[in-house]
Amino acid sequence: MGVEEKLANMGVVTTTLEEAIGWGRTRAMWPMLFGLACCAIEMMAAQAADYDMSRFGMELMRPSPRQSDLMIVAGRVSRKMAPVLRHLYDQMAEPKWVIAMGDCASSGGLFNNYAVVQGVDEVVPVDIYVSGCPPRPEALIGGIMALHKKVEKLKIKDVIFDGEEE
Amino acid sequence: MMDKALQSIVQVLEKEFAGEAEESFGEVQVLVSADNLVAASQKLHDEFGMTFLSTITAVDYFPQKAPRFHVVYIFRSMSENLQLSLRVPLADEAPVVPTLTGIYNNANWRERELWDMFGIEVEGHPDMRRILMPKDWEGHPLRKDYPLGYEEPQFTFSFEDIDLSKPKGEI
Amino acid sequence: MTTPYALPEMSLDEVKHLVSQRALDGETVLLNMGPQHPSTHGVLRLLLELDGETIVSCVPDIGFLHTGIEKNMEAKTYLKAETMTDRLDYLNTVGNNFAYCLAVEKMLDIDVPPRAQAIRVILAELQRIASHLVWLGTSSLDVAAMSVFLYCFREREIILDVFELVSGQRMMTTYMRPGGLWRDVPIEFDNAVRNILNTFPQRIDEYEALLTKNPIFLDRTMGIGKISLEEALSWGLSGGSLRGSGSDWDLRKKRPYSGYEQYDFEVPVEQEGDVYARYLVRVHEMRESLKIIKQALDTLPFGPVRSSDRKVVPPPRSEIGESMESLIHHFKLWTEGFSVPKGSVYSAVESPRGELGVFLESDGGTKPYRVHWRTPSFNNLEVLSKLAKGLMIADLVAVIGSVDIVLGDVDR
Repeated sequence: MGVEEKLANMGVVTTTLEEAIGWGRTRAMWPMLFGLACCAIEMMAAQAADYDMSRFGMELMRPSPRQSDLMIVAGRVSRKMAPVLRHLYDQMAEPKWVIAMGDCASSGGLFNNYAVVQGVDEVVPVDIYVSGCPPRPEALIGGIMALHKKVEKLKIKDVIFDGEEE
Repeated sequence: MMDKALQSIVQVLEKEFAGEAEESFGEVQVLVSADNLVAASQKLHDEFGMTFLSTITAVDYFPQKAPRFHVVYIFRSMSENLQLSLRVPLADEAPVVPTLTGIYNNANWRERELWDMFGIEVEGHPDMRRILMPKDWEGHPLRKDYPLGYEEPQFTFSFEDIDLSKPKGEI
Repeated sequence: MTTPYALPEMSLDEVKHLVSQRALDGETVLLNMGPQHPSTHGVLRLLLELDGETIVSCVPDIGFLHTGIEKNMEAKTYLKAETMTDRLDYLNTVGNNFAYCLAVEKMLDIDVPPRAQAIRVILAELQRIASHLVWLGTSSLDVAAMSVFLYCFREREIILDVFELVSGQRMMTTYMRPGGLWRDVPIEFDNAVRNILNTFPQRIDEYEALLTKNPIFLDRTMGIGKISLEEALSWGLSGGSLRGSGSDWDLRKKRPYSGYEQYDFEVPVEQEGDVYARYLVRVHEMRESLKIIKQALDTLPFGPVRSSDRKVVPPPRSEIGESMESLIHHFKLWTEGFSVPKGSVYSAVESPRGELGVFLESDGGTKPYRVHWRTPSFNNLEVLSKLAKGLMIADLVAVIGSVDIVLGDVDR
């Protein structure tokens, strides 16, 4: 075909800037090391030997919100924890994504009572909901891969940067 | 069928602290008044080897007025392998129990929980703050007149309906 | 930016009776650790008063995972409330069901068939090993032994596979029900557990080879976070944390339940009362659990796994099609539930963390009137403010790991 083929023969690949950025973002998406309840144990299991998230480049958990792109809300969020969670989210650098892992984080799950926030989307915007109580590690990995697909399709103009409204 | 060693403890409690013993599913509970609580537990601790306080909790008998609450103390003697609970009945208005932190260190947090969850005041407690709920929380959740619910489950597939009644986190 | 809830800030005014005068004068530093911290094993918040690297006082702040389980159980029938118990201490899900079922059965005065009792013991001990594996992995991660974490989680999967085999769920099994078990174990169960029995002793040797005589590990753990027996009792410590201080109190031995008296096992005891002693106790406990599982599996009796009391236990599906009475029982049990006689009961089991007690009060209805959980982590965490005094801040994480807390268990 045209110029792409010629360039490919020379060892050069052409793509759009958007795709390149999306590709780069998904290949080094660092989740925050932040566990709440039961799901956190499954999140740990997903990182450990049997499931090994690092096969997909998602294993590097950062304890600091400043260094992470992805917040996995693993477990039920109590009313006391909700402001802390929001505080952590606000500290993360743009662009940032949130996965609500498990039924409690997605909708309150089993606990429809005074203490538990009925879905973490009341506090932070959520990109992917992973169902299960707790979800299997495969389900979490599936959720992160679904997020990757979403991020790859992101347009540069849609991404909101700090202090700038869309 | 009460254990012999337990029987002698119960007799002492009945005689010295005007306790009322009752048995529930083979477990012994002694009702004592709030005034006698500290002296009775001191006796259990010093003389009967009940050095282990398992837990402190309460039961709310709302709408019953007097007694509205029973505060339950469960003691354990590891040397004699015994278990005994004390129950302190409290009236509806301004329920107060004296603190056991002078005898058992772990009474501290359990009594804070008692205040947090039931609104039962603990007299002489060294560190009375809410423990489980946020400090600006109103009400005491485990009381029977405190509602359980927070959000009605929505039986609809319309996302607009759900969004209407749901607070949302924003970027 | 909108925040629906205000951030809970702990003012110095509020805790001034818990810190020293030097903090009020500004000589020492107040440091907030948590709720999001890699080494607090969950959402624990600690307010530390530091003099350089040394901790002067430590004020734990809990409740960030308060779920309202006790209140929520009051609104459900006895059977439905059991699903909540799994989520209390999520590393000991089977043990929570165990404690709850024992309490309900004590009130109903029903007998559990011996086969169900033995299977309960096997599962509870498997759960103890799984819980200790998570504890070993995370607490050694805290003292910078990363490979142990990976090994422990590898082995934990083998145990979770057994749970999945019997119940269909990895963690939240709700396999034990008042009156017995949900159903009998599948035929592969025996092989799967024997596989664990054969491989695990070597695996535990592996962990011990990595840690027990490792000079770095010894430096980080020996003599750190000491507590004497008297103090441990007065703070209400139980389980491995108490046995590390020289007590041989174990509910499985002292107040046996579910047929533990038939099995021959030791209760490991260490005298030192430091982090290392607690580590030794728990590693030894895993070996003893294997012994119990082996005995229970070898002598596993045949027979039913549920009580035949139709007022409590739903009839098998095959009966429903044939007998009108069974259909009525089934309908009644799944809508209204069974009613429990009036009274209260406190039944305790030995969870991996210590004495897990459930205080259950019934008003004669089909829903529990009051449920209270005496959770071991609550007491094990309370002692932290005492243990932390005078430690270096890096040693604090070793101590938090060693008292073995699960925040879901603390906050309920």
